[in-house]
Amino acid sequence: MQTLFIQGPSVTLRTLILVIASIVLMTVDHRWSHMEGVRNALAYVLYPLQYTIDLPIRLYHWSDETLSTHQTLLDKNHQLEDLNLQNRVRLQKLDILEKENQRLRELLRATPKTGEQFLIAEIINVDVDPYRQLITINKGSNDNVYSSQPAIDAQGVVGQTIHVSAMSSTIMLITDASHALPVQIDRTGLRAVAFGTGKIDYLDLRHIPHSADIREGDTLITSGLGGRFPANYPVAVITQIERSPDETFVTVRAEPLAQLDRSREVLLVWHNQPLIIPNIDE
Amino acid sequence: MNNTNTRIGLFTIIVAFMLAMMPLPDWAIAFRPDWVTLVLIYWTMALPASIGVTIAWLAGLMLDVSHSALLGQHALGLVLVIYIIHTQHQRLRVASLVQQALVIFFLLLLKQALVLWVSGIMGHAPDTWLYFMPSLTSALIWPWVYIILRDLRRKFVYQPHY
Repeated sequence: MQTLFIQGPSVTLRTLILVIASIVLMTVDHRWSHMEGVRNALAYVLYPLQYTIDLPIRLYHWSDETLSTHQTLLDKNHQLEDLNLQNRVRLQKLDILEKENQRLRELLRATPKTGEQFLIAEIINVDVDPYRQLITINKGSNDNVYSSQPAIDAQGVVGQTIHVSAMSSTIMLITDASHALPVQIDRTGLRAVAFGTGKIDYLDLRHIPHSADIREGDTLITSGLGGRFPANYPVAVITQIERSPDETFVTVRAEPLAQLDRSREVLLVWHNQPLIIPNIDE
Repeated sequence: MNNTNTRIGLFTIIVAFMLAMMPLPDWAIAFRPDWVTLVLIYWTMALPASIGVTIAWLAGLMLDVSHSALLGQHALGLVLVIYIIHTQHQRLRVASLVQQALVIFFLLLLKQALVLWVSGIMGHAPDTWLYFMPSLTSALIWPWVYIILRDLRRKFVYQPHY
């Protein structure tokens, strides 16, 4: 029943308290990481909703696979077998090179190269903020995903996790306006930092001097500096270079290689792991 | 406080959250109405005793998590909007739908400006006027939201008060 006179604190007082609480929360969340627990608990509540939204799309893909004809599946299987054979041949060579590299490093008494482990995560189709470049994936701390873990796809670097809850995590793409990635030009070894622009199709390279040896079509790879991303993964291709005499630096734009707006899956990478060379027969 | 009221209210808020996260084609994303705020405004007007600033604040926190925004960013704006609605709900109830839509347009502009202000401090403010488009589309869609929710409430809840 509606109470007329006994109402607890007045609405104005409650609003005031909540406004102050919001401001305090924002400050704490911005400066320290104490609020990650609260955020993860709330994300846990949100996950069923996200899962339900994604369900029709999941169902569509599932029915697409289930209802495809025998012939289509056979064709696909043949294609994949061919691809697998090619990859295996390449891997044999890589295997030998890996071992040789390790031997040489031991001879030099250099620190042994570390290996990497991968986990496939599916992207949950939810739209969040149209002005930020974020995606949600269906793996979280239950699968040992950690905060600021790198994510790649078959073509290149995708981004890194920023929030990890139990069953899902949020990945910030390399094109987000607040993302920066240490890179290297694979032709010359020139190091640079690739800044996200907030647009899905290009990155900015800042602070490149006019004298730098840099061309359109150069591939950028991760340099591994900063320690967050493993080295030598392809990131982007330089598409545009503007050398204007009245600017201190060259304006360089690069197009990400990863299919940021199309892929349905990403690979999460655990690097700094002891090197285990996988046995191909397994 | 009626239990059915709260249940219907919560159900529609959950639906609003799902609409807010539903994937849309690229051209339509900028025009997505602010579903959660619209639904909360309706329930604050209809049942100010059960749904008000506290629920709005919690919903705002959920919005922050779904947007990966700072915790409190949407909550702050939402609390202020709902507070204004709450203090004016008796006047708003007798206003015409067009007048209500106009009020909601300005309140949502206020909310978006607050969110934008915090984003600006954080250094990732969007650089297009399209950012304010949801205020306009929300105001335009308000009459339908109002009618649908009112019918829903009348169907499930009979309230002899007011």
